[in-house]
Amino acid sequence: MAEIRASFFVECEELLESLQDALTQMEGGDTDSETINIAFRAVHSIKGGAGAFGLDQLVAFAHKFESSMDEVRAGALTLDESIITTFFQCADTLSDLVKSSQDGEDLDASSYQGLVEQLAVLAGGEDEPEEEVSDFQPMGISLDLPPLDIEPDVEASQEENLALLGNNFEIYFAPEPELYRSANDPIFLLRSVQSLGETTITCEIGDLPNIAEYGANSSVLAWRIRLTTNSDEAAILAVFEFVDGLCTLEIQPATPDDAPGPTVVMEEETSEPTNTDQKEEIPEASADAETTTPELTKQDKPGKTTKPSERTKPPASSEPTQPKSNSQAAATVRVDLDRVDRLVNLVGELVINQAMLSQSISAAGLVGDTKIETGLDELQQLTRNIQDSVMMIRAQPVKSLFQRMGRIVREASASVDKQVKLVTEGETTEIDKTVIERLSDPLTHMIRNAVDHGLETTADRIAAGKSEIGNVTLSASHRSGRVIIEVGDDGGGINRDRVRSIAEEKELIPVGQDLSDSEIDNLLFLPGFSTAKEISNLSGRGVGMDVVRNSIGALGGRISISSHPGNGTTFSISLPLTLAVLDGMVVTIGEETLVMPLTAVSETLSVGEDDVRSIGPLTQVIQVRDTFVPLIDLATELGYSPPRSSYSGAIVLLISQEDGNRAALVVDGIEDQRQVVIKGLQDSYGHVPGVAAATILGDGQIALILDPSDLLQNASGHTRPAPELTVAG
Amino acid sequence: MSLTVFAVDDSRTMRDMLKITLVGAGFEIHLAEDGVHGLEVLDTITPDVIITDINMPRLDGFGFIDAVRAREDAGGTPILVLTTESSTDLKQRARSAGATGWIVKPFDPEKLVKAINMVAG
Repeated sequence: MAEIRASFFVECEELLESLQDALTQMEGGDTDSETINIAFRAVHSIKGGAGAFGLDQLVAFAHKFESSMDEVRAGALTLDESIITTFFQCADTLSDLVKSSQDGEDLDASSYQGLVEQLAVLAGGEDEPEEEVSDFQPMGISLDLPPLDIEPDVEASQEENLALLGNNFEIYFAPEPELYRSANDPIFLLRSVQSLGETTITCEIGDLPNIAEYGANSSVLAWRIRLTTNSDEAAILAVFEFVDGLCTLEIQPATPDDAPGPTVVMEEETSEPTNTDQKEEIPEASADAETTTPELTKQDKPGKTTKPSERTKPPASSEPTQPKSNSQAAATVRVDLDRVDRLVNLVGELVINQAMLSQSISAAGLVGDTKIETGLDELQQLTRNIQDSVMMIRAQPVKSLFQRMGRIVREASASVDKQVKLVTEGETTEIDKTVIERLSDPLTHMIRNAVDHGLETTADRIAAGKSEIGNVTLSASHRSGRVIIEVGDDGGGINRDRVRSIAEEKELIPVGQDLSDSEIDNLLFLPGFSTAKEISNLSGRGVGMDVVRNSIGALGGRISISSHPGNGTTFSISLPLTLAVLDGMVVTIGEETLVMPLTAVSETLSVGEDDVRSIGPLTQVIQVRDTFVPLIDLATELGYSPPRSSYSGAIVLLISQEDGNRAALVVDGIEDQRQVVIKGLQDSYGHVPGVAAATILGDGQIALILDPSDLLQNASGHTRPAPELTVAG
Repeated sequence: MSLTVFAVDDSRTMRDMLKITLVGAGFEIHLAEDGVHGLEVLDTITPDVIITDINMPRLDGFGFIDAVRAREDAGGTPILVLTTESSTDLKQRARSAGATGWIVKPFDPEKLVKAINMVAG
């Protein structure tokens, strides 16, 4: 049950997404009935599922929402901007309710009372819903109970009935031809009656015509049933619920001694009171009837062969069934994420194995062999294709993420009283699922910033000759193996003078420092920077752009700003396609081969004699153009060897941290730049200082992937041999 | 011999619940996601009862029932409509669609099994 519940909430997410989609299309002027249907169905399905789990609050709201939408669907209500806005707000509330239901909490009903009232107005003010709502009260489904076992239940209830000596009924049941046409079958109804208690069933075949006179649409048989049961008349009526109006049904209380009615022309005992296996009796009786009147079954059930043209067709207009190409969801298979990850790992192994193979072939001196070489090339190509395809499995379109941002914009713009439109592009761009999940918070913050700080007030916009509706754009695209997500606004651009003065005020930079425009823009990422003069209730939530930058960095991404005064600001996030593979720089330190994430390395330098300066007895710095950067000897930090006496000729990797810290890491050589498959060490070793993960190189060697920020944080910085202990003597 | 039930519903939650309920009750169950899918599955199985939702993408319950009724092989199969509607015209709508009976969502497992027995033993 818990699993179904969980899957219900997953489904809710999808439904909310398609609801958003449909509403957005409707907002764009698409009033196609199928679009409205999609929105309606989404709410309807949420309601249906919620009802099953007894989520009353969700059901009640979904029902009201659905009723209003039904008015639109039925054409009683014409969509206009205000209705769509209401629907959007309802979708947001619905999403909140789903969330609170998932957390097992109730949402404060007063928070959306206004919407409920608006919906009531839209639905025509008639408050008949109440009655229907009651249909969705939890029905106390207890699927955790042992499996239903119908047969013993029937037996049990029969025994019970016999013991209780309950009510006696005389039932007359004469099907109309329509009963057969609806694919109802008297035998099953009779069996259902049998399950209520002790029965004596007799078949009336008095009006049976000659075989020659059988009509395809006639019904000639009728049944009389004597029933002793502890159920009431309602229970009997319930059995005939589906055929109500399709048969003549008379139910009369009878005394136990009542003989079957005198009208019976031919009697057939179908059920002995003493026979416990009553279930078998009816089919036999039925079989008898079939043998005596071979044509009966076939002719008496015109439903089996009836063409639909003979029946009332459903009103096609109210229930369009034509799919719309753009709204059609691609066929999908749900797969456990563990399985995908296993596959990703296996493909990682394959990549490694392929690299090892090419290395062995070249070691064996077979490189000149064209056949082997061609085969190897093909294998390499295939491996890469497989790798790409497998990575795509984990990838998901950013659409759901972007849709959530639509809500953020609506809420943010309302709270600062600006008119803002969110324009999204490239919603189908796919990124790793984990990346999408972890992008939500930083994006939310950036969008809020764009609305709050990026866009000018309506008055300022008008003064600047711009449209009073501000645009916030959110786009995603693929660029050279990475995903670029851009958050832009068409506001006034970054006020660089103010940014500079704030940074100076907060002593983040020395007063009067010479800074380029882009350097000023990048001050926004400094910890402790906040441009809002007073903390607004919107973006000023104690989270600065530095946090955004760190979260993007944690995903192996980078963030940059470009701003044009008067024309707006664009933040650009560049992300790796997947977290399973990393662009790495393969370096050697002594005997060891290690991998440094390429994103961390801003440049590489060869150390000259004069570049290194000492500060203090143990530490040194290296001069990079006009700045000095602390030198960190990886061999020492990782414990491979003591500090070397001279760094001349060594190679340093210049590492730039998000917080502006820089360091020069000394290595012995750079071997290669390549994609490596990340193998976590966390599970086996816990956190290893300075090491993020491991990978397997082409020659089968295991290489550690370094964690530059951890290295810098914990580095001792000792780059000089400890002074000899002569003084101690 | 256990009855074969074929359920068509676009809601995964509903499909899961039908499956758990019906498998628990000893039925053999097949599932489909919408009318079009339903008709495809129907080419491969011969169910004793069909249960279908009404509001579905691609091909809704009405269209699905229409198509089933038009078939030589499965035209006479009892069909139960799963619906959240409980209004009085439900019966009329279900009937005009060619359904044999109806089940109101959220369904009570016991009632569901009873309904199946009412149309297919």
